Amino acid sequence: MKIMARCRGHVLLNILAFSLALTLVFTLVANILPQVEGEAPQDEEVDLGALTMDSFISMGESIFSGKGTCTLCHNSLGRAPDMLVLNMVETANERIKDERYQGKATTAEDYLRESMLEPGAYVVKGFGKKGSNDTISPMPVVIKAPILLSDIEVDALIAYLQVKDGNEVTIALPAEAPEQDAEAEPEATEAVAVATPVKTAEEAINKYFCAACHTIQESESPVGPNLNNVGSRLSVAEIRQSIIEPNAVIAEGFAEGMMPQDFSQKMTVSELELLVEFLASKKQ
Amino acid sequence: MSLLNNLFVLFGKRNNFTPGGTRLKAISFLLLALLFVTASQFDFSLDPIQQAYAADVDDVAEITKPVGQVHVEGDPEPVLEETQLENTPTEETNELLAAPQPKRKDYPNIGVSSRSIVWIIAQMHLYLAAFVLAVPLFVLVIEWVGVRTKDERYDDMAHEFMKISMTAYSLTALFGGALAFALFLLYPQFMAYMMRVFNTQTLVYAFLFFAESACLYIYYYSWNALRYGDRKYVHLTLGLLLNVVGTTLLVVANSWATFMMAPSGVSEAGAVTGSIWEIMKGPLWNPINLHRFIANIAFGGAVVGAYAAYKFLSAKTQEAKAHYDWMGYTANFIAILAFLPLPFAGYWLMAEIYAYSQQMGITAMGGILAWLFIVQAVLIGTILLAGNYYLWSGMSRTEGSQRYTWMIKYIAFVLVTCFLVWVTPHTLILSAAEMKTLGGSHHHLLGPLGIMPAKNIAVNLMLIATFLSFQLYRRADKVATVSWEKAGNALMVAIYAVAIINIIFAGVYYGYFTNTVYKVGSSVMQVASTLLVIISGVIIDAFMYKDAKPIPAVWGKISNRAQYALFALPVAFTWLMALMGYVRSSVRTHWHVYTVMKDNSPDNFIPAIGYAGNMLTIVTIMFLLIVLFIFWIASLGESRQKIPEAAA
Repeated sequence: MKIMARCRGHVLLNILAFSLALTLVFTLVANILPQVEGEAPQDEEVDLGALTMDSFISMGESIFSGKGTCTLCHNSLGRAPDMLVLNMVETANERIKDERYQGKATTAEDYLRESMLEPGAYVVKGFGKKGSNDTISPMPVVIKAPILLSDIEVDALIAYLQVKDGNEVTIALPAEAPEQDAEAEPEATEAVAVATPVKTAEEAINKYFCAACHTIQESESPVGPNLNNVGSRLSVAEIRQSIIEPNAVIAEGFAEGMMPQDFSQKMTVSELELLVEFLASKKQ
Repeated sequence: MSLLNNLFVLFGKRNNFTPGGTRLKAISFLLLALLFVTASQFDFSLDPIQQAYAADVDDVAEITKPVGQVHVEGDPEPVLEETQLENTPTEETNELLAAPQPKRKDYPNIGVSSRSIVWIIAQMHLYLAAFVLAVPLFVLVIEWVGVRTKDERYDDMAHEFMKISMTAYSLTALFGGALAFALFLLYPQFMAYMMRVFNTQTLVYAFLFFAESACLYIYYYSWNALRYGDRKYVHLTLGLLLNVVGTTLLVVANSWATFMMAPSGVSEAGAVTGSIWEIMKGPLWNPINLHRFIANIAFGGAVVGAYAAYKFLSAKTQEAKAHYDWMGYTANFIAILAFLPLPFAGYWLMAEIYAYSQQMGITAMGGILAWLFIVQAVLIGTILLAGNYYLWSGMSRTEGSQRYTWMIKYIAFVLVTCFLVWVTPHTLILSAAEMKTLGGSHHHLLGPLGIMPAKNIAVNLMLIATFLSFQLYRRADKVATVSWEKAGNALMVAIYAVAIINIIFAGVYYGYFTNTVYKVGSSVMQVASTLLVIISGVIIDAFMYKDAKPIPAVWGKISNRAQYALFALPVAFTWLMALMGYVRSSVRTHWHVYTVMKDNSPDNFIPAIGYAGNMLTIVTIMFLLIVLFIFWIASLGESRQKIPEAAA
């Protein structure tokens, strides 16, 4: 009986070792893959007083690839029309004239807004819901869940879609904060509120969408140079210059003109210094 | 006692009153009746605290203040002040309450990630529940085969499988209870909402759990008492009842998960507008039901296969080895047979997810979660390679297998090649310098192998190769005696050839030279080709080998190494189940209930695959330890201490 018990113990240990080794292989595979977290969209605060058309368009671009989740389908893989390739103003004007068009828009701006709020008004051939013969659009209404864009965000998106191909922006900058429902909880809505000046470097990074192009903290992007080690490459003066005068020196391997040129007009002195100090400390 | 007597009178049993069994039945009946009466009297509407959460009222204390007033006896009763709060819904408005939208501060913080706690407990509950619901399904089939063939080995094996599931059952209930406590503690607003939506259905679930326990214990403990003759059919009926109740439990619990993914029967704001049936039958309910039903059988088969392997490796006699070898073979047969249609059930589920929300579908397949399908490929590759290896090793049991061994190297080549294609990633996260060196974001040769058409070809060919191994194994110990053997084999080869050509052609032509709509359509052709091979193979072999001449097979004549393949299966299945649970849950992104109730907790982000992988490993190891404990306990029951010798 003792022999049997010893044998069973031995077998159990072997099985355990084998199973653990196999489990660790799976764990290893999971850990060597690119590590990307899916952040929940944050309610952005827009300083309407300091809002310029450039920052408004930049906000639209950020929504296009972020909170709006547009790039999930509107990309080169063919799930939906590739809006980055199409000139959306020209496309909108063509579709308004199409006999299949059932909406009320008369301008490209109206069409773009309508396509986000009433996607069924015009379903692009070949992109309708399966089995609907292109009569039902799979596109979600962007002001409803799960996307929940605010009116200002929809306008920013339209401005971005107009300007990305060199068209004139017809959207007016929002002049004042939208009226808030007096009874609504501020955190429970997506409404945009007037912001106070940023107090931390992290807030400044979010405000100026640095992470859209640069690898910074947990966020990764290969478009611009990695900022997590910028403090070991550049001096404080060079970092300051690269923000307010980006084309003065171009990092090797990156194209000129990618970085917005107007941060010197947009940023307050305190925001600039917060960022410079923060980036100079990044010596990873 | 008079109530009991009245009850007996009611049933005409007064004269047969005995203090033993009948009284017990009567008391049980009385308790059940009381349970129903109590349940029917119970007010299932929200209590004030839940209403506070639901209505987003901050001042809970105000709601919980006393509603009555003390007064001196004899004095006139004071007029009570209006205590109805502004935000507290009246009975009429209760049904139209919107889903609560808790803020971050509303989530209890116990110093450890709430999601991680719920993740671990829920996964453990799911593993054990899947196992205990699956085992009786195939046990009933095995028992039925035993009756039909009059071979008692089947009956003994079925009984032994049930023995393993009995220990797991109590652990399932313990983890289920712990999960409920954890959810109510850590996500009170969410649970309040779910209780409001599902209402008395949760009590039906509880009742089903009692019924499941009763059926399970009666089925197991009456095994030998109802073993032969007509009594055996009573036992089979009990088994059927157990499975009906178990499957009902499964689909009821599934409705909670699918409601969270694709809510139905509620308004855009989450207010209940439909009946409980409308809430349950959301667009993803049936696809999930089918997928989980099949996956549970594969998982259960894999776990009992591991038990057989453990017993085989521990066995000291040839007889025991032969018994557990046969048990391991049967368990592997169940696991692989259930596993083969699983990708098709998964395909239906994903198609329904896309139909419900293209955004949700792309989040799973082409968005942030796309990378984990590489891990899935590794896991399914492990399962198929281990399953095939076991079949090839098992062919050594009979001399007849020599006719087919030359094909094994080709099957292995197809499996490995397809596996490599499957794990090839499409999009790489590259630095600017790497992108420049590569000449783009995709490798010119490997890039095309990374997209779905290539993977569809790979997975279908892997399934066909596995079925071929399975078919060869089944044929190894027989010689067909029918006159049309050659024609039948030629037909089988032609079906394989046409299916393989069709799978490759559809994948390459429609996958690379047409747009996305045709890509999706072509995968249906591929799936149909694979199913054609499997179904026609089973039918042709059934007729061709009906009166075949058997070639002796020696059970127990298999390597120890092959038994480890039987362990690789449950390990990979366990990890895979947790991985798919992570995907299913993550496609809701930052929503508790998609589009209806936002998740504002600190854990409302989709964790990176590495973090998730570590969590999955923790739960897998925990489950493996529990499984080994169950095996050990089952073996312990067979041990008996010798009578101590009398003291000198």
